[in-house]
Amino acid sequence: MIDSGDTAWIIVATALVLLMTPALGFFYGGMVRKKSILSTLNLSFITIGLISIQWVLIGYSLSFGDSIGGLVGGLNYLGLNGVGLEVLDGLTIPHLLFAGFQMTFAIITPALITGAFVERVRFKSFLVFTLLWATLVYDPVAHWVWGGGIFYQMGALDFAGGTVVHITAGYSALAFSMAIRKRKGFGRITIEPHNIPFTVLGAGLLWMGWFGFNGGSALAADGTAVLALFNTNTAAAAAAVVWMFLAWREGKPSVLGIVTGAVVGLVAITPAAGFVTPLAAMLIGAIAAPISYYAIAFRNKRGWDESLDVWACHGMAGTWGALATGLFATTAINAAGADGLFYGNPGQFVTQLITVVVTIVYAVAITFILTKIISSVWGLSVSETEEEVGLDISEHGERAYA
Amino acid sequence: MFKKIEAYIRHEKLDDVKAALKEIGIVGLNVVDVHGHGRQGGIVLSGRQGSYTVDMLPRAQVNIVLSERNVEKTIAAIQEAAMTGAQGDGVIFIYPVDDVVRIRTGERGADALTYEGDIDTKAGK
Repeated sequence: MIDSGDTAWIIVATALVLLMTPALGFFYGGMVRKKSILSTLNLSFITIGLISIQWVLIGYSLSFGDSIGGLVGGLNYLGLNGVGLEVLDGLTIPHLLFAGFQMTFAIITPALITGAFVERVRFKSFLVFTLLWATLVYDPVAHWVWGGGIFYQMGALDFAGGTVVHITAGYSALAFSMAIRKRKGFGRITIEPHNIPFTVLGAGLLWMGWFGFNGGSALAADGTAVLALFNTNTAAAAAAVVWMFLAWREGKPSVLGIVTGAVVGLVAITPAAGFVTPLAAMLIGAIAAPISYYAIAFRNKRGWDESLDVWACHGMAGTWGALATGLFATTAINAAGADGLFYGNPGQFVTQLITVVVTIVYAVAITFILTKIISSVWGLSVSETEEEVGLDISEHGERAYA
Repeated sequence: MFKKIEAYIRHEKLDDVKAALKEIGIVGLNVVDVHGHGRQGGIVLSGRQGSYTVDMLPRAQVNIVLSERNVEKTIAAIQEAAMTGAQGDGVIFIYPVDDVVRIRTGERGADALTYEGDIDTKAGK
C-alpha cells in the first residue's frame, strides 16, 4: 500500500538529487579557466537532458528489468512500459517514483566523469560517449548491485552508490584521461581555478543534495533515512576538517581544499550511510580525506591531466567507502543490513572487495574501448587552437562574461 | 634611452608571449585586460535563439620598459609568439620614456629599471 509520508520524502529526495548535477557543474566550473566555464557547466547540464531520455527509453529497463542471468536487466520495462503508479513490491511508494529517483543517480554519474576532460573535450564526442557509457557501464552495474544482479545475490552492500556511482565514475574518468590529450601547457604553465566561489557554492549544494542521495536511498521516511542523513553529514564534516589540517601542514588551510574534503567525505559515506553508526561515519570520513589528498599528490606527480581529480576524489574515496562498509556495517543499527569484519563477519569484507575489483576492471575496460572507438571516428579533443581560445567560444559560440 | 613597448595581443597567446619574453631575459612586465577592435570589427556569438555581433573584443595589453638597444629583439619575440596569421592578432606600440623612478629606493633611470640578470644588464656586459 502506498504510504504518503514515504512517497512525499522520496519526491523531495528526487528533487534534491537532481539539483546535485547542476551543483556539480558549478563545483567543476569554478576550477576551470574562465574561457571554458560555460562548456564545463553544460557538460553537467546537458547530461540531465541526455540521460533523462535514455533512462525512460532503455536505461531503467537495463538496470531494473527482469534479470538476464544476473548480468543485465531485461527489456520488459522498455519505454517505462508497465512502470506505473502502483506500489512497487516490498516498498510503499509508486513504481514510477522509484524509477524517477533512480534516474537522478543515473544522471549524475556520467556528469561526474566530465571533470576528467574539461577544457579540451570535443562536445560531439562527449555526447556519444555519455550515452554509450550510461548504457554499457552504469545500467549493468546498477543492475548487478541494486537490480537483483550478481552482486545483489552475493549480498554486497552499497547503500546509495559507492560502487554503482563513485567507483564507476572515478575509474572511468581515469581511463578517459589516459585516452585524451592533456591540456596545452599542462605541467608547464599554471592553470588556475578562475572562480573558487562557484566551487564553494557547488560543494554546498552538493552537500545539501546528498541528504536526498543517501537519505532517500532508504526508499522510505523511516529510521534508516534518518541514520543515513545523519551519517552523511558527520562524514562530510570530518573529511572537511581533516583536509583542512592536511592542507595547513603544507602551507595554509585552502578553502578549495576544505570544500573538496567535504565532497570526499560525502563520497566515502555513500555506500555505508544506512549501515553504520555515526562514530563509524566520522572515522570513514576522516580516513577518506588523506586517501584522496595523497591520491591527488600522486596523480600530480605522475603528470596525469585527470583535470579535476574525479579518480582521486570519487574513485579512491568510493573504493574506501565500499571497503569500509565491509568493516563497519552492523546489524545492531540496521537489521536489514549486515555485519562487517569488525562485527565478526569477515565474509562481508571479502564480498565488498570482490565487487570493488570487478567493477573497477569492468568500468576501465569499457571506457577504454569506447574512447578508442570514438577517438578513431571524431577524435576526443578539440584542436589546440580551439582549446586556447576556450571551449565557450569554439564549441558553443558564447562567452560567459561580457 | 628607454622605450616602452605596449603590445595588444590575443588572450590565448599570453602564455606563449610570457614564455618567449622570459626566454630572452625580460624580468619586469605588466598585463592589462582591455577591450577594443581594429579593422576586424567584431565577432558573431550565439544567443538564446539565433546570433548577435559584438564589436569590442577582449585583448591583453602587455607593457614593458627597457633600453632602446633591446627593443627590436623584444618586438621580434612578441610578434613570433603572438601571431596566428588570422585577422585580430593585434598591434605593438613603442613610446619614448623620459625617466624611471623605483618607489622603494628612489633610484632613477637605468638603476631603477634593471634587475640582476635581465636583458639590459646582460647586454651591457
